[in-house]
Amino acid sequence: MANLASGCGAPDQGRDLSGVDLGSETVVQGTVTAGGKPAGGAYVRLLDSSGEFTAEVVASQEGRFRFFARPGAWKVRALAPGVAGEASVTAAAGQANDITITLG
Amino acid sequence: MSRSEVLVDTEWAAAHLEAPGVVFVEVDEDTTAYEKGHIRGAVRIDWKTELQDPVRRDYVDKAGFERLLSGKGVSNDDTVVLYGGNNNWFAAYAYWYFKVYGHSNVKLLDGGRKKWELESRELVSDTGPRPKTNYQAKEPRTDIRAFRDEVVAAIGKDNLIDVRSPDEYAGRLLAPAHLPQEQAQRAGHVPTAKNIPWSKAANEDGTFKSDDELRTLYGDAGVDLRRDTIAYCRIGERSAHTWFALHELLGLGNVKNYDGSWTEYGSLVGVPIEREA
Repeated sequence: MANLASGCGAPDQGRDLSGVDLGSETVVQGTVTAGGKPAGGAYVRLLDSSGEFTAEVVASQEGRFRFFARPGAWKVRALAPGVAGEASVTAAAGQANDITITLG
Repeated sequence: MSRSEVLVDTEWAAAHLEAPGVVFVEVDEDTTAYEKGHIRGAVRIDWKTELQDPVRRDYVDKAGFERLLSGKGVSNDDTVVLYGGNNNWFAAYAYWYFKVYGHSNVKLLDGGRKKWELESRELVSDTGPRPKTNYQAKEPRTDIRAFRDEVVAAIGKDNLIDVRSPDEYAGRLLAPAHLPQEQAQRAGHVPTAKNIPWSKAANEDGTFKSDDELRTLYGDAGVDLRRDTIAYCRIGERSAHTWFALHELLGLGNVKNYDGSWTEYGSLVGVPIEREA
């Protein structure tokens, strides 16, 4: 959980959602895959509807990522050595909005 | 100041891993990435536990900085090359901090850990400690650090640059979108601050944009670069990235980083705040 003494660094993406009040969060999360396998270590960035950078995390070893956004349209873009991929999502509040990004 | 004096590319770094007098330092808030793999020979600095005072809210004092660098094996005459994850935010903060304490030769690795990884360059997991040194810091500089009263005094007068994402600036989010949004401070931004997200100064691979692109970015946003400038974000590391772009790359001497940033300003009693409806 973020607090005033913490910085803005992206946390480990493998953790669960315990301690987070999902009712007040708009979670955009999912998996990055390449060649049918999880792309652990991929750089995953959340872009707003105008394409502006909003946040970036490094996918867990299982290729998982998670953002705490707000309701609306988002694009998620992933980068790994030599490949990239992206997916769009319209996120709703109070739930986990799941997407899959395929690198190629 | 020329770009090559403050910024090195991954190719230069790869060619100087064994160079005498060059020390690579990985800086991040979460240093578990370092344990899994880091640039060969690099030592690590933990932003949270080693650069921040453990009790009061401030960075560590001069004696603490001297102890830290002595323990890490950094000498006063070493060339320190900083890099990290999170698009070099914490490395840029550390760069600013090395400058506050007067280290003469410090550089940032352009693109940081991301560029290094995207180029599939070597990472190792077994770097031993460097021999201890007797590091001597200078008295902290105040010309590159802004405090809250200066921020309030700059409203409507000098340049204030809010480098957070548009949603944080507008008050729709209270923290970067990879963090839960439950926060103590009020949402919004300092009145008259312009929103120029740090990310606009960087390319997708984490490298800084060219000097011309940076001048155009800030100029088009209406920032008069001849005036004094204060950059802020939520806690001071993203604004250290923008401070680096303005003060170090563009060579503007009158730019300060407000490391108290929104977690301080948004908690102050009685100061003006603007927020989009």
